[in-house]
Amino acid sequence: MALSPQEDTNRRMLRARDEMDRRYAEPLDLVALASVAHLSPSRFGRVFKDVFGETPHRYLQRRRVERAMALLRQTDRPVTQVAWDVGFASLGTFSRTFSAIVGCSPSEFRQQTEVVHVPTCFVAAWTRPRERTTVSEKQPDSGAD
Amino acid sequence: MTTHVSSLRITSVKVLDQDEALDFYCGKLGFEVRDDADLGFMRWLTIGLPGQEFPQLLLELPGGPQQDAETAAAVRDLLTKGALGGVFLTSDDVLATYETLRDAGVDITQEPVEQPYGTDFGLRDPFGNPIRISQLSGATDEEIERAYREQADRV
Repeated sequence: MALSPQEDTNRRMLRARDEMDRRYAEPLDLVALASVAHLSPSRFGRVFKDVFGETPHRYLQRRRVERAMALLRQTDRPVTQVAWDVGFASLGTFSRTFSAIVGCSPSEFRQQTEVVHVPTCFVAAWTRPRERTTVSEKQPDSGAD
Repeated sequence: MTTHVSSLRITSVKVLDQDEALDFYCGKLGFEVRDDADLGFMRWLTIGLPGQEFPQLLLELPGGPQQDAETAAAVRDLLTKGALGGVFLTSDDVLATYETLRDAGVDITQEPVEQPYGTDFGLRDPFGNPIRISQLSGATDEEIERAYREQADRV
C-alpha cells in the first residue's frame, strides 16, 4: 500500500489512539504509545496533536469522561467508584475534570441523562464530550490524578 | 410518500489499495469477490458474504475525475485518521471470530462486550475504516428495550 508520509503517520497515530481507547483506565504510558506509533516519546505528543488536534493527555481525559458518562447513565455505581473505574485516582480531580468538560457535576449529569438505544460504539463516539474549557495539562496523566 | 426503494444493494468502502483490501476482507474476514473488472478508468471491485448475493461492498479508491487531487488527498487523510466510514457485520460465533482475527494480527479496537442485543467487538481494516462485528442474542425489540430500561432504573 503506497501511503504518503502524512497518511502513514496518520495510520500509526490512529493505532496509538486505538490503544489509548482500549487502555483508557490505565496510566498514560507515552513511551509505550510512542512505540506503537514508531516514534520517539519526545515527538509523540507533538505529532499526536498535529494529527488529531489535541494532546494525548487531553484525548485521554475526554475518553475517560465519556466512559464515566456511560457508567453514570447505565449503572448505579457510586461516583467515587466510577472515578476509579475510568482511571482517576482522586475524586476531586475527577469531579473537577468532569465538570470542566461536560459543564455539570457527575451527580447532576446522572440525574439529567437518559439511556439511548443505539450501538454502544456510536454512543461512545457521539457522546464523547468536546472541549469546553482548558483543563490543566501540566502533569502527564500518570493515573495518580 | 412512496419511493419504491426496496433494498440495499451496494455501498462504497474507501480503501487505499484494492489488493490489500482483498487480502483483508476476503482473506481474513471471509468475504468473497462478486465482481472484479478492470474498466480502464477504474477497477470495479465488489465483495459479499457467502450465501448472499447482496448487499455488496464496493472497495473503492479515493480519486477519479469526480475528485480533484486536493479532495482525494483530504479523503485519504480522513480515512487514515479513522474518520470515515463504518461497517457493521454479524457472526454466528462472535468469540471465535474475535479470536481468529486477533490471532491473525488484525487491529482490534475493542474486545468483545456484552450488550442488551448480544455481544460485539470492534476492529479496523488496514486503512483505518472502523468495523463492528456482533452476535445478536435473538432478543426481541421489547426485551432489548426492557434491558435498557432496567439499566436506567438501576440509576
